[in-house]
Amino acid sequence: MLKKRLIPVLLLQNGLLVRSETFSIHQIIGNPIHEVERFNQWNVDELIYLDITKDDNYDLRRADTKVKELKNPLDILEEVSKNCFMPLTWGGKIKNLEDMRQRFLRGADKVTINSEAVRNPRLIVESARTFGSQAIVVSIDVLRKDDGTNEVYIDGGKTPTGLTSEHWAKQAESYGAGEILIQSIDRDGVGCGYDLELIRSIAAAVKIPIIACSGVGDYRHYAQGIEAGASAVAAANIWHFKELSDRNGKRAMVKAGIDVRVV
Amino acid sequence: MVVMIIDYGMGNLRSVANAFAAINVDAQICSQPSQLNFADRIILPGVGAFGEGMANLRRNGWDEAIYEQVLIKGKPFLGICLGMQLLATTGTEHGNTEGLNLIGGNVEKITSEAIEFRLPHIGWNSVSPSEGSQLYRGFKQAKDFYFVHSYAFIPQDVSVVSGVCDYYTDFVASIEKDNIFGTQYHPEKSQHAGLAVLENFVLYNAG
Repeated sequence: MLKKRLIPVLLLQNGLLVRSETFSIHQIIGNPIHEVERFNQWNVDELIYLDITKDDNYDLRRADTKVKELKNPLDILEEVSKNCFMPLTWGGKIKNLEDMRQRFLRGADKVTINSEAVRNPRLIVESARTFGSQAIVVSIDVLRKDDGTNEVYIDGGKTPTGLTSEHWAKQAESYGAGEILIQSIDRDGVGCGYDLELIRSIAAAVKIPIIACSGVGDYRHYAQGIEAGASAVAAANIWHFKELSDRNGKRAMVKAGIDVRVV
Repeated sequence: MVVMIIDYGMGNLRSVANAFAAINVDAQICSQPSQLNFADRIILPGVGAFGEGMANLRRNGWDEAIYEQVLIKGKPFLGICLGMQLLATTGTEHGNTEGLNLIGGNVEKITSEAIEFRLPHIGWNSVSPSEGSQLYRGFKQAKDFYFVHSYAFIPQDVSVVSGVCDYYTDFVASIEKDNIFGTQYHPEKSQHAGLAVLENFVLYNAG
């Protein structure tokens, strides 16, 4: 039996971990390498790292004496993968096959592409052919409008695309994406639960696995995401601000009757 | 004991090397077929498409080196994911491609009509080991391993199957035939259970 996955998402900005709210507020919360060791000890199902640095300035503004200081995200990836005996997905700043190759070489198992996939869908086709669909995750940032419709945004939630998420997810699947990561801009860091209607409609539109993200504020939200059709449920902030977030998250899923990998 | 990991341009070699480092085994990434002469154990990792994988093995003469080391010298060999699939006679991804044919069989796309069985098959799934299998020595029950694939190995002779997994239908999670082993899952990404499988591989016939 395939288990439903529970995945921490780590956001990397200027070489540091940050928490995010509605894609606009970012607060520094820690060191990326330190954190992966903790997750590895917890034996989590999988990890997603997203480099959301806006420019190419990777200065570390705070020194952590216990852990190596690394500025370049590729160095961070290399260091992270030394202690990561679980699947690792890496996203951010990926524009071409060579960018992907560099990340796979350093220990990424999957890469996720977002803005560039919309601008240049051939990248999905070519990367799926080169690395296999299973290694290509298309990440979709969605804004729910007041009238109930939704629109895909790129460039970290800045640029509207005119695409609906269902339409884009279906296209990405047809180009060869192996998984879809859904993030809701309006739910990011808010803690009121996933956009279940969004997950339901994308789950109905595609046959590839879906990773739900954005909005978890309570462990009970995970089961709702699975019931809406996600194969995996992801979250960012809750992993940093609650104790034993893996064990307690899984417990809540088991309690709701979801089959998870219990460690 | 030197484990050599074949670098044929397909995938996450670093992860495999890191996993061996975690169990205190010297693993080296090997970029020339002649280096395999110095290997005690050989790993064929791999992420990607069957055709490209085989083309890369043939272009650099890895196929000949593997036959020599594995069939003639009898060195223990482990293929991981695509590396296991390449052991087959034929792959069917993007048209038919001849494989290494070290274990007779075909590699075919997994099919599923039911929406709850989404493809690719990605995630943790439990593997039931066959009795007497070398890779699962010490395993008392089925354990979860990490899979990420759309194709499955269908061997001609089912006695090579050492582990089975269930997703829509049963499929082959691992194979072993004498000194040749393969896992469809990624042991290097399967936490403690995966590291235990790698340890068993290292200990196989280790005197």
